[in-house]
Amino acid sequence: MADVQTLNTVAVGTDPVTDRISGPRGAKPRPKLSRRNIFIYGTLIVVAAYYLVPLYVMVVTSLKGMPEIRLGNIFAPPVDITFEPWVKAWATACTGLNCDGLSRGFWNSVQITVPSVIFSIAVASVNGYALSNWRFKGADTFFTILIVGAFIPYQVMIYPIVILLREIGLYGTLWGLVIVHSIFGMPILTLLFRNYFSSVPEELFKAARVDGAGFWRIYFVIMLPMALPIFVVAIIIQITGVWNDFLFGVIYTKPDTYPMTVQLNNIVNSVQGVKEYNVNMAATILTGLVPLFVYFVSGKLFVRGIAAGAVKG
Amino acid sequence: MQSVSIRDLTLKFGALEVLKSLSLDIEDGEFLVLLGPSGCGKSTLLNCIAGLLDISDGQIFIKGRNVTWEEPKDRGIGMVFQSYALYPQMTVKGNLSFGLKTAKVPKDEIDRKVARAAEVLQIEALLDRKPSQLSGGQRQRVAIGRALVRDVDVFLFDEPLSNLDAKLRSELRVEIKRLHHRLKNTMIYVTHDQIEALTLADRIAIMRNGIIQQLASPNEIYNRPVNLYVAGFMGSPGMNFMEGTLTGGGPDGGPQLRFGSTSIPLDRYPFAADARPEKVIFGIRPEHVSCGPAAADEPFSADVEIEVVEPMGADTLVWAILDGKEFRFRVDGHSDLDEGDHVRIGFDPARASIFDAGTELRL
Amino acid sequence: MNTSGTAARRPSQLFRNLNAKVASIPMILTALMVFLGGTVWTIVYSFTNSKLLPRLKFVGLDQYERLWSAPRWWTSIENLVVYGVLSLIFSLVIGFVLAALLDQKIRFEGVFRTIFLYPFALSFVVTGLTWQWILNPDFGVQHLVRAIGWESFTFNPLYDQDIVIYGILIAGLWQGTGLVMCLMLAGLRGIDEDIWKAARVDGIPMWKTYLFIVIPMMRPVFITTLVIIASGIVRLYDLVVAQTSGGPGGASEVPAKYVYDYMFLAQNLGQGFAASTMMLLSVAIIVVPWAYLEFGGGKRG
Repeated sequence: MADVQTLNTVAVGTDPVTDRISGPRGAKPRPKLSRRNIFIYGTLIVVAAYYLVPLYVMVVTSLKGMPEIRLGNIFAPPVDITFEPWVKAWATACTGLNCDGLSRGFWNSVQITVPSVIFSIAVASVNGYALSNWRFKGADTFFTILIVGAFIPYQVMIYPIVILLREIGLYGTLWGLVIVHSIFGMPILTLLFRNYFSSVPEELFKAARVDGAGFWRIYFVIMLPMALPIFVVAIIIQITGVWNDFLFGVIYTKPDTYPMTVQLNNIVNSVQGVKEYNVNMAATILTGLVPLFVYFVSGKLFVRGIAAGAVKG
Repeated sequence: MQSVSIRDLTLKFGALEVLKSLSLDIEDGEFLVLLGPSGCGKSTLLNCIAGLLDISDGQIFIKGRNVTWEEPKDRGIGMVFQSYALYPQMTVKGNLSFGLKTAKVPKDEIDRKVARAAEVLQIEALLDRKPSQLSGGQRQRVAIGRALVRDVDVFLFDEPLSNLDAKLRSELRVEIKRLHHRLKNTMIYVTHDQIEALTLADRIAIMRNGIIQQLASPNEIYNRPVNLYVAGFMGSPGMNFMEGTLTGGGPDGGPQLRFGSTSIPLDRYPFAADARPEKVIFGIRPEHVSCGPAAADEPFSADVEIEVVEPMGADTLVWAILDGKEFRFRVDGHSDLDEGDHVRIGFDPARASIFDAGTELRL
Repeated sequence: MNTSGTAARRPSQLFRNLNAKVASIPMILTALMVFLGGTVWTIVYSFTNSKLLPRLKFVGLDQYERLWSAPRWWTSIENLVVYGVLSLIFSLVIGFVLAALLDQKIRFEGVFRTIFLYPFALSFVVTGLTWQWILNPDFGVQHLVRAIGWESFTFNPLYDQDIVIYGILIAGLWQGTGLVMCLMLAGLRGIDEDIWKAARVDGIPMWKTYLFIVIPMMRPVFITTLVIIASGIVRLYDLVVAQTSGGPGGASEVPAKYVYDYMFLAQNLGQGFAASTMMLLSVAIIVVPWAYLEFGGGKRG
């Protein structure tokens, strides 16, 4: 099963991405304002505008009243700034019969995300540790199945999981969704931790064994404190992944327990009533705030995380 | 009483046999060096003794107790690694006491043992530092200390000095020797460095492809290698080898070696084996060759043409041509030999090694 | 030998590393029950006529025949192919160009990178809803251009069956190109700087260096990126649901939505299983050759 070892090549290594990103390369810089520089910066600024415009439009729209939206264009800055749409989106927007706004979905998402992150990372880090240091017969086979599983479309597995959850009585509950997130987060997180623990010098592990430490003592006392950065990366992957999930939320929860993304979609795409675009945009921003916050706070670690998390699709 | 005893140890990784039915007895208090090129199985053997690798077949005894399937901690061994393997997040004190804490030793006893080890290794001042704040030499001392505090029977060293620069390496080498004199523990030491092996060992085991080629004192290994491999591995620059034929009809009717137009009398050579094959390989170390007037007094002498002269400070290595073959010899540092010169060299065939060209075993 | 001990028997292998085995139970269960078992289960049941509940009444290839004669499935496949091919090409090209531009020792590299990557932190639902608003014909881009004076300007992808998939593509590229750029940048930074020096000494123009030296050297990065993008494309679902709900008139349907709708809305499980099995097959067609090239033929490393 040397095959599994080579999975390292899937650019999921522990640090290449961030390390390489730190120092620019390429050709030598030339004087400012050369034609070359104008071309480079010009292109970058135009593209950056394309990336920023949607965010700008969202914010601007969410601060306008509906009359102003109907009259003006979406790119115009608000004449009359109002926070009414935000309040409505958070507290009183309707989905179906519920009219308590996105706050319900927000708290559902919090209740889903927190245990999902803790549970999946706890399981995956121990898996990765066992796989890199305590190889037992067959372990690599299970790991290969796990990694291949990461490429299987979720659609193939969703119904069998419905049956499994129904059997253990968790279908439609938050805890059921926590289990689903832990299952589908497992391949990438296990790979992440396995690669990290494999990069820890084996002699350190051997020294601890000679010192008499067993499986759990080595994990908690030696490995865990060393792996803190990789835990942060895993937390970033999981928070954004779980928070942004839509498919599993739709399938495995009921309207009462819908996560924020599902509720947002229901608010915006509901066919009843007059469309309130400002409320919709406020709701959209609200839903995107958590992952955006994680993104801007974590910086380079996020980059490291997506290189690993990318496999998740 | 044997300290460590290994019986028919075999280790396979799949179809690959890394260690082949290997047996080895190590005396109590002995300093044994496992020496060989990378991939010869020496580190693997050490890991098997430590219990860090499950063996495929055979038995391992330490202090008369069968430990073949015991956990590393129950074997009475301490191990020192090439990369030091210090726990990065713990202080030096934490590193030294980790094993004792794991064994639930009372705290005051831990303190006493740590203090003693720190004193022996002169690292008392470093106890509160983290490994990242230590130099390579200091780190390796701490690593040795980690084995020291646990009062083990056998010390295992896995290339402990390879990550250090040349100067530190020779310093710590002496310290390890001193430590051995003081503690009188059994020590098994893995290295690929001949100098370390020759200076430290009571006995050296030279390994190749999972098999011990020769197990003997440094002197014996250096002067009487059992086969062509050991002869070629030991010594730098290596032995001169000349292929030739073994015939009778020497000066006193004794055996002689012929190659090209040269014949070397072998009546003084202490043959160990009875076999007298025709094709043999004759080996003589560069430092056993004399040059100039002294050469004439040797039982064998010949003229050579000098090709390259390499002054090395303490001595000079000379590359010459003897009867069409490359031939190296060592002269003292301030020699005035020059490229193109013709000189007379000589040696005593009694100091040579002769191997059967077919079996490559010493004759 | 004077060693007194007797030969020790090899202990049972079952209990060696017991802790590691116990700790791996969640992984083993997931691998065997969910990934392997679930996949096999779905494939098996795709040959049944399960409706509201899964039933083991085998009907051979009926579900597949019905699937491939359904216009909606064909639309889904066409959309996925168009979206897939175009998003592969565009995200690779744009991602690489952006990475190459960022690699020119420019100032504010971090700022640009942060801007290009932030959409990737957002969910497809948020992305879809945002672009639904921007492409809104009455208020968005079309409205703006007409207001400037170009009265006949028409760009209304979300309500035009022929081009709706391009509307989704624009949103998808906005969300995902940053990731490709990041992977490409990592690849570029992984190339030995001496290559650039050598190319300069030999007087090779920069575009030629990129085209003939750097890109071939980045083959592994491209392949990895390709696989990542491709496996994401097959899963395309949230974006469509949020942006168009499959409309107008089912013109932006995709296979993942087909599966969901048949399993959970139309209560025709067998049809859903057959469609999801086809999805699995298409992923296998992408991944298996790659896995074979990367890990199979000839042991490397």
